[in-house]
Amino acid sequence: MSKHLIDLVGVRKTFDGEDALKNINLYIRDGEFLTLLGPSGCGKTTTLRLIAGFILPTEGKILIDGQDVSNVPPYKRRVNTVFQKYALFPHLDVYDNIAFGLRIAKLSEDEIDARVNEMLEIVSLKGFENRRTTTLSGGQQQRVAIARALANRPGVLLLDEPLGALDLRLRKDMQNELKRIQQQLGITFIYVTHDQEEALTMSDTVVVMDRGHIQQIGTPEDIYNEPKNAFVADFIGESNILDGVMRDDYLVEFFGRKFKCMDKGFGKNEPVDVVIRPEDIDIVPADAGHLSGTVTSVTFKGVHYDIIVDFKGFKWLIQTTDHQPEGAHIGIKLTPDDIHVMKKTEYSGMYGDYSSYSAEYDEINDPDAVIGEEDEALPQEERDEE
Amino acid sequence: MKNKMLAVPYLVWMAVFTIIPLAIVFYFAFTDTVTGEATFRNIVLLGQYGSILFKSAWLALVSSLLCLIIGYPVAYYIAGCSPRKQRFLYMLVMLPMCMSFLLRTLAWVALLEDTGIINRFIITLGLRPLPLIRNDGAVILGMVYNFLPYMILPLYSVIMKIDPRLIEAAQDLGCNSRQVFGKVVLPLSLPGMISGVTMVFVPAVSTFYISQKLGSSGTALIGDVIESQFKTAYNPNLGAAMSLGLMAVVFTCIALMNRFSGDDGESMVTV
Amino acid sequence: MRRFNRIFTIIVLIFLYVPMIVLAVASFNSGNDIAVLKGFTLSRYSELFRDGVLLPLLGNSLIVAVLSSLSATLLGTMAALGIHAMGKQLRQLTLAVTNIPLTNPEIVTGVSLALLFAFIGQTLKINSILGFFTLLIAHVTFNLPYVILSVLPKLTQMDRDLRDAALDLGCTPIQAFFKVILYEIMPGVISGALMSFTMSLDDFVISYFVYGPNFITLPVEIYNYTKKPLHPKIYALFTLLFITILMVMVLMNLLQARDEKRTNQARRIFSAGRRRVTT
Repeated sequence: MSKHLIDLVGVRKTFDGEDALKNINLYIRDGEFLTLLGPSGCGKTTTLRLIAGFILPTEGKILIDGQDVSNVPPYKRRVNTVFQKYALFPHLDVYDNIAFGLRIAKLSEDEIDARVNEMLEIVSLKGFENRRTTTLSGGQQQRVAIARALANRPGVLLLDEPLGALDLRLRKDMQNELKRIQQQLGITFIYVTHDQEEALTMSDTVVVMDRGHIQQIGTPEDIYNEPKNAFVADFIGESNILDGVMRDDYLVEFFGRKFKCMDKGFGKNEPVDVVIRPEDIDIVPADAGHLSGTVTSVTFKGVHYDIIVDFKGFKWLIQTTDHQPEGAHIGIKLTPDDIHVMKKTEYSGMYGDYSSYSAEYDEINDPDAVIGEEDEALPQEERDEE
Repeated sequence: MKNKMLAVPYLVWMAVFTIIPLAIVFYFAFTDTVTGEATFRNIVLLGQYGSILFKSAWLALVSSLLCLIIGYPVAYYIAGCSPRKQRFLYMLVMLPMCMSFLLRTLAWVALLEDTGIINRFIITLGLRPLPLIRNDGAVILGMVYNFLPYMILPLYSVIMKIDPRLIEAAQDLGCNSRQVFGKVVLPLSLPGMISGVTMVFVPAVSTFYISQKLGSSGTALIGDVIESQFKTAYNPNLGAAMSLGLMAVVFTCIALMNRFSGDDGESMVTV
Repeated sequence: MRRFNRIFTIIVLIFLYVPMIVLAVASFNSGNDIAVLKGFTLSRYSELFRDGVLLPLLGNSLIVAVLSSLSATLLGTMAALGIHAMGKQLRQLTLAVTNIPLTNPEIVTGVSLALLFAFIGQTLKINSILGFFTLLIAHVTFNLPYVILSVLPKLTQMDRDLRDAALDLGCTPIQAFFKVILYEIMPGVISGALMSFTMSLDDFVISYFVYGPNFITLPVEIYNYTKKPLHPKIYALFTLLFITILMVMVLMNLLQARDEKRTNQARRIFSAGRRRVTT
């Protein structure tokens, strides 16, 4: 697990004079499942296309197996790609699509046949050999795309939002399936997505990106529990982000009160961002809490309620399984575990206040809703209902 | 990417066989036939042919508008048929375009002549024969007949592409079928109308065969005059000047129409 | 309203076809006057096949049409690929040049090429260079824009990832073109070629200015004929061409119908969204 398979060293990429990527440094270990996560336009797909070789870096180096491939064309790299909209060849059937790369590599027909059958087995598409790809469902096309990319036995499989066009149920199934395939074959996967849940579920390592920068690299637990800045905290899960001041090691002040926390190493009286996850907050009677406020909205979410509580004009999101009526006066309790302190960054003050929260607001800001996508990208079921 | 270079042979071809020839037309228009010296005489002479140019433009404009009025209901009807019927009707409209337009025009002569098919029929009914040929009406008929498919096809493809959901939306918002047509379908088919009118107007304004066969012997169109400068009178310099005049008329009309549609000229050709 | 449009459409179609029916009937007429029916005869057809002039001219037209449409298809497809890879400004400029032969009146195109060839003839001190090659060049020139305008949309519609996918699976750029891209743009290439072929076969105006006495095409000869009384065997030729083109079109129609049925099936299973028109 420790060998570096891919290294990106000081990579910069400009399109028409605009930086899409600025100084990316990243290594990917052999056999790991690494996810590039971020909102659209953050540079994650650009990074993937650089590794595939479809575009060349403006500055910096890309190494595969320690060899500089910065200017090597895609057909000479031992990486293969699963495209967002599959990019299956419409003039070929399922079998010929999977065999495409093997035929280019001039393998014998016997070998090709064995390899294609093996791949069909892996993606559970036996019996679909002679179907035209246009007659397959989205999920089946996805499997063909994966089989086609894996047939060449690449060192690395690059996946560009491969589940983006599938509906929720199918997406969950395919997540498990992909993870299984990755473990079965022991191939390195580099996975691009804007879906934080997908990233947390599948990955060994998550790389959070925004505005052409890497914001944080870590295991899913690290990223969730110890976000490095307000952007990561807001992008991964829901967060209340408050202005605070670090009074001492393990002691932070916000809302005029001092709280014990788990963080140290900040300067004395340094202004900081404080993150409190909505599901970590305990609701207590108003007079028994550290802070008290008024419930301004309640939304039923199935497993829990999302409630918005007004504390001195700052609105918090709290997730609770106990129903609280609108207008109720409640108190909250925070333990040192619940409080995460982060350094101030360019993102400070941009996120975390839920004063304009509403159910619709949540949908408008749904990270899944990529602006500018055609209706082709709609999940199949949704389209059938139209 | 180096793929761009694939267009180089084409661009060279177009430079040699389209741009340079037009430059030569310019050169001829401004030089003297005999001495080869630079002169404005040809352009000045063009003034004498102003009425012919005007008449050509007028007849072409009338034909274009007639084509639009006749073509629109046809295109609209075809676009509303089942795909199978659409393909069949499309084929029927396109087929005449593939047949010799000279012979088809000649067939009109046979139909319209004083001793032609129609007049013989009229005579057998005991009526007086009608003056059907050798007048402007016959020229317009010839133009409409020859260029009508150029109007129907672009109109059809534009009407065809109108999203049916837009029509449903208009109905949903309270439009009756007349309003749906007037407020949604017609404005959306404007690009097709513009491109259809262009595609009829340009060949109509420059035709020389139709007027020769169907028009009266006294009224030549600009196409006839240009043809004679090159084929009989042999004054290519004057012919070149006339070609420039014709181009000026055509490009002015196209520019006017594109301004009218608020378009930047991209939709000039849709077929 | 729809009923009115239907009747109106039928009338317009009759209007379009009456002259052609007149010509077809005339080809079976034993009298020489097209307006007077004398009796039925097939002799016009036998005269046509014994004729030593018309058929070779038809052959000339076919040769020019085949060669010019093939050259235009090759050159135009390459150009479309090039234009597709261009940046916005260069692309707009190239398309503006492409539009010139389309919007310019045919007679001006003909005249300008005639002047060019005269100029070249003068410089090379050749009496007349007008002939087969000048015709071919002229036809390629007016065919090129049609090819480009039918191939280019196919390239823009094509999923950009397909080329990347081919490269990703080990194709060199040239292999990617022949194994993937060509299949995708084929309908555009074919319709461009067919359009060129028919335009070229039927072209009169431009040919009229650039043909030479040694190589005459059928439409030019018909024009020269129509200055004198027309021999009815031309009607026979017209009728035969009409039937040929009709059969080709019906065949294409059927092929298209079959193709559409297949994609419709696919669409029902995995909906491809909006209906598309291919012209």
